[in-house]
Amino acid sequence: MIVEDKLKRVPVREQEPAVRAKNFDEVCLGYNLEEAMAEATRCLKCKNPQCQTGCPVGIDIPGFVKEVEAGNIKGAYDVISRYSALPAICGRVCPQETQCEAKCIRGIKGDAVSIGKLERFTADWARENGVKPQGATEKKGQKVAVIGSGPSGLTCAGELAKMGYDVTIFEALHEAGGVLVYGIPEFRLPKDTVVKAEIENVKSLGVKIETNVITGKSVTIDELMKNEGYDAVFIGSGAGLPKFMGIPGEQANGVFSANEFLTRNNLMKAFRDDYDTPIFKGKKVAVVGGGNVAMDAARTALRLGAETYIVYRRSEAELPARAEEVHHAKEEGIIFKLLCNPTEILTDENGWVCGIKCVEMELGEPDASGRRRPVVKAGSDFTIDVDTVIMALGTSPNPLITSTTEGLESNSHKCIVADEKTGQTSREGVFAGGDAVTGAATVILAMQAGKQSAAAIDEYLKTKRA
Amino acid sequence: MYKILKKEMLSDNIVLMDVLAPRVAGSCLPGQFVIVKCDEKGERIPLTICDYDREKGTITIVFQTIGASTKLFATYEEGDSFMDFVGPLGRASELCSLSDEELKKKKIIFMAGGVGTAPVYPQAKYLHERGVECDVIIGARNASLIILAEQMKKVANVYITTDDGTLGRHGNVNDCLKYLISEEGKTYDLAVAIGPLIMMKFAALLTKELNIPTVVSMNPIMVDGTGMCGACRIMVGGEVKFACVDGPEFDGHLVDFDGAMMRQRLYKTEEGRAVLREKEGSTHHGGCGNCGE
Repeated sequence: MIVEDKLKRVPVREQEPAVRAKNFDEVCLGYNLEEAMAEATRCLKCKNPQCQTGCPVGIDIPGFVKEVEAGNIKGAYDVISRYSALPAICGRVCPQETQCEAKCIRGIKGDAVSIGKLERFTADWARENGVKPQGATEKKGQKVAVIGSGPSGLTCAGELAKMGYDVTIFEALHEAGGVLVYGIPEFRLPKDTVVKAEIENVKSLGVKIETNVITGKSVTIDELMKNEGYDAVFIGSGAGLPKFMGIPGEQANGVFSANEFLTRNNLMKAFRDDYDTPIFKGKKVAVVGGGNVAMDAARTALRLGAETYIVYRRSEAELPARAEEVHHAKEEGIIFKLLCNPTEILTDENGWVCGIKCVEMELGEPDASGRRRPVVKAGSDFTIDVDTVIMALGTSPNPLITSTTEGLESNSHKCIVADEKTGQTSREGVFAGGDAVTGAATVILAMQAGKQSAAAIDEYLKTKRA
Repeated sequence: MYKILKKEMLSDNIVLMDVLAPRVAGSCLPGQFVIVKCDEKGERIPLTICDYDREKGTITIVFQTIGASTKLFATYEEGDSFMDFVGPLGRASELCSLSDEELKKKKIIFMAGGVGTAPVYPQAKYLHERGVECDVIIGARNASLIILAEQMKKVANVYITTDDGTLGRHGNVNDCLKYLISEEGKTYDLAVAIGPLIMMKFAALLTKELNIPTVVSMNPIMVDGTGMCGACRIMVGGEVKFACVDGPEFDGHLVDFDGAMMRQRLYKTEEGRAVLREKEGSTHHGGCGNCGE
């Protein structure tokens, strides 16, 4: 395959919108070998590669792209796996358009190189061909406990295991993966083929995972360090309690947090008839919010058979979701009610949702976040008939760990206070990163924090050995 | 895997099991609960902790077979294992934060309704071990639904009452409390009411009238039980609370019971479908007038 116009990226194959709106299979089908090698020829092999500076975990992007171009996919995988433990996941859910691909020099005049799709292809190829990441050759003899098996925990654990530490992850749920399993839907991130396989890779480095352990309840961090002999702890416990708007009718039957709706569907697999967990599907669903979680919830509701609305109080330009997700949602037929804010959830005589009352908004002056503040248009009330409302407004941190760990400082948002570069908390030997520190953010930022903390934990344990 | 070491039927549809779960048994306190999932495809079901043995590493659970999942749990026998068993969840009873001296000054009445007797037992036992005496009313519709009476008698003064008079006094737990106060001259400065929502609602209304501070234990629909999904939210004193992390115990005089009862109905029809599927292999048999079958 020869790329005729070097300014245009090789298009990636996707399921047709009308077909995929009715199934939970992955939307994007990814490149095949021929397409990947062709796309890789578009790389300019810059002397001073900007793409790498745009990657939170600093992957040697030109290095692996060069191997793909040569058709040496195992070589490409070896390059990536030196930097990232979860490439098949990152290749799918990273916001590349604002990171590596935003810095790509090719992107100045034309399309940036499809770095994300090439990473995905490389990782998928490695999985299908049984290529595993390289483990440690020497054991350090020190134990590290990692709290939570989401992106930050898995990354931190994988890095430490590669250095030769004895690492155990403690996971509260019955399955490892955190938000990769309960939050992000199957059609964006397949669980059995992709997530489980990458977790198996981390385990193949020697990482142990103990599920059904709620740190702060089943065991405390102090007990892990004092009684179970852990020399250091990394807390990657993730985001926490869902937020609600505080409008009338929010307690009605048919109002869910996005976390609940997605957990029932993704972790508990309620969309499959052979699993026991029920889900209230709804015929007409309003999802309130404009982030990636809102898009995930809306596209899930659509696939369960509902006519689905996104209700967001700012305009399209301010939607915090990835452009690709918004684009996919629109293609599939999600109806966007922008500049629109709910004021009340209407209920029938049995306490079930029967509508959502909204007002129209217009954009005023920029607020503290730099985004123009939406203000209510007077007399613009209207009602959307729905039987289900899903709130996707973000989360506030879970107090389970901060409230049970003596001397672990948290800030006014109840996030754990940790050094930006090392993850060092107010407790010696205790590090933290990901959403538990920053509040809700992205998979790759959590991975960056996990990786940085792994380096800091290594430094800390070195001084303890000395 | 979490092995079932003992199984006992407390009534036709109330089951007691001892389950080996050392981490839970090592850290739980009265008032907390566990979540059980029997196999890969099962639901996560919150269940009461009825007792615990730190040495043996076991947790005693008691549950009534109402939904499809609890019915499935009941088919498990001694020697079988649950796939997932996680806890302890929720906050410990407030009694656990009081010193023995403070506890000894309190006159506590427990009002236990039906299977709600199970979570009352570890609290009464906890008090008994600290030399604190308490009264426990155990109420149920009829004699066959009275559970754990003998165990409870070893740790508390027990008053049994049944709606139909087939065991103990005739009447409900409220009638019994009124009797204890007016006829036996008892006074109380704390009531703990645990049972069905409707029973807790009326118990709280009565204790409010009698001016007795009251704690109730809520058992709403849950998914993860760790504060992530928000399914278990209830209104307490006009604020949204999550039963799994803020509770399960709350001030009975502030809980919005009517709202909680409404939310409890959410998956009733879904559960009904699950039962039909289990019994009859299909959830729809025609004859509804809509489908033409």
